[in-house]
Amino acid sequence: MPQSADQRIIELDVRTDEMLVNMGPQHPSTHGVLRLVLRTDGEIVHEVIPHLGYLHRCAEKIGEHLAPPQWVPYTDRMDYLAAMNMNLGFSLTVEKLVSQVAPPKAQLIRVFVAELNRIASHLLGMGAYGLDLGSFTPFLYGFREREIILDLLEEVCGARLTYSYVTPGGVTHDLPEAIPIPPGLAMLTGRPAGATISWVNAVILFLDWLGPRIDDYHTLLTENHIFVQRTAGLGVLTREKAISYGCSGPVLRGSGVEFDLRRHGDKVYTSLYEKFEFEIPTAPFRNAPREVIVGDNWCRFYVRMLEVTQSMRILRQAADLWTIGGVSQDLAGHKIPYRLTTKLPAAEVYLETECPRGQMGFYVIGNGAAEPLRTRAKSSSFCNLSVISELCQGVLLADIPSIAGSLDIVMGEIDR
Amino acid sequence: MFSPTFEFSLLEQQLPGGSVRLVEATTGDSWIELKSHALRQACQLLRDHQDCQFNVLSDLTAVDWFSPAGKKPVIADPRFEVVYHLLSLSRRQTLTLKVILPRPGGDELSKDAELPEIPSIADLWLAANWHEREAFDMFGIRFKGHPDLRRILCPEDWEGYPLRKDYEFPLEYHGIRGR
Repeated sequence: MPQSADQRIIELDVRTDEMLVNMGPQHPSTHGVLRLVLRTDGEIVHEVIPHLGYLHRCAEKIGEHLAPPQWVPYTDRMDYLAAMNMNLGFSLTVEKLVSQVAPPKAQLIRVFVAELNRIASHLLGMGAYGLDLGSFTPFLYGFREREIILDLLEEVCGARLTYSYVTPGGVTHDLPEAIPIPPGLAMLTGRPAGATISWVNAVILFLDWLGPRIDDYHTLLTENHIFVQRTAGLGVLTREKAISYGCSGPVLRGSGVEFDLRRHGDKVYTSLYEKFEFEIPTAPFRNAPREVIVGDNWCRFYVRMLEVTQSMRILRQAADLWTIGGVSQDLAGHKIPYRLTTKLPAAEVYLETECPRGQMGFYVIGNGAAEPLRTRAKSSSFCNLSVISELCQGVLLADIPSIAGSLDIVMGEIDR
Repeated sequence: MFSPTFEFSLLEQQLPGGSVRLVEATTGDSWIELKSHALRQACQLLRDHQDCQFNVLSDLTAVDWFSPAGKKPVIADPRFEVVYHLLSLSRRQTLTLKVILPRPGGDELSKDAELPEIPSIADLWLAANWHEREAFDMFGIRFKGHPDLRRILCPEDWEGYPLRKDYEFPLEYHGIRGR
């Protein structure tokens, strides 16, 4: 007789045999090429064995043959949904190694693009999670909003997904002064399509439009009874387990640990954010539905929703700094270098930054040459995924996408 | 530059003599160097001690110091080191630990050379489980006492350890030509 702790499972006297079921690779709910081998008994999953490595591109090995600015495009391909954040993490690590600080103007630009990319990543994560649970509308909405962010980032650096924009030393280009208003934004806000607008104003226009839309997501997902039933109380990751597994980002904060490297990290990274006011959303939430337990799927999802709002706050403050008080005059004189020509000293640096998925760590060892002796990328999704065997014991087969999706993994980051 | 002097003095008091060393760097991170037999005790101490509380293992990786100089390969002595990056959530502090592995016996450059060995800490931090598997997969370092030491990123039947400096890309894998 199959045994399960899940109260919803009604045990009938039907004899079933254990089966091995392959889920993925290329299953829509495995978010990339992840293969999960499930040992099931009827509808109940007894064991989950993840198999990784399908996207392994040997980025670390390649890093030993390239100078740091040349390796930046490889960081794009790790987390292809938040490439700006990955560029930033690696650039800061190299800058710390060669003891160089980016000019203030470049630092402000970095906050702009990193937070925009964080919103884009969370929007896709939220939409795709809705799709995992059979809700199609949030997926379309998420893509519609994300498209505008991609338009804005395209105006900055010419690329839509893999930017390579933030490099050791600064950023590759200055922000554009006047851009044609992105078609999606023009359509949604009713502006004339041919009009030009300054880039920062376009960001503000987008934020003004996005703000009220967040409520739509809450109506469609977090407050939706079906969504709550499929997420609340499921896949509970306790605080102790989350810490021991090295989970980070929304997974850690969903388990009730208030830790965000933008506030609590290395000085090199926190100095970008010390001017800005924002909160760190952490479970438990006062307005959560009754069924919700700290550390379940719903909490992890809700942390992401709230982080979008916080990133929007940061962007508004950054826009103020950019235009008000003559700051932009002060910054105008700064050269933004984009090519690091110095050789790396014989030293090593490990630095973690807060990417949308969690703490992304880069470890660079130099030994006097232009190419590092070792480049290591420690990914947050790698640790976040390793809890899946633990979370998926004794759940129903249909809950696996719900749990796997709530971790918001990107396989490019896990396999590197 | 931050230097882990407090953690070092604590470890020096508790561990047997000569097994711990502080390496202070002028640029970049400083680290604490451990002998491999003292690793588990040191990790437990750093995790559980009131004034340390390094409750997160951020990263575990290895470095190969072998450098092929010209045509004649030079074997660095010692060759491998395993690096541990710890993080304390409450103290908001990071710490780097290093273990230099003694050279294993046998001819190091041949394929069936003995793998270097180090005690596993997969029971102290659950995160170490997959990280140790990755280090084993990439560098061929054996973690003694690991519950399930299998390859994780490469296929099970892959030959060689890709992140070693003397790794040679296989010419063929299951009939698929490499290079």
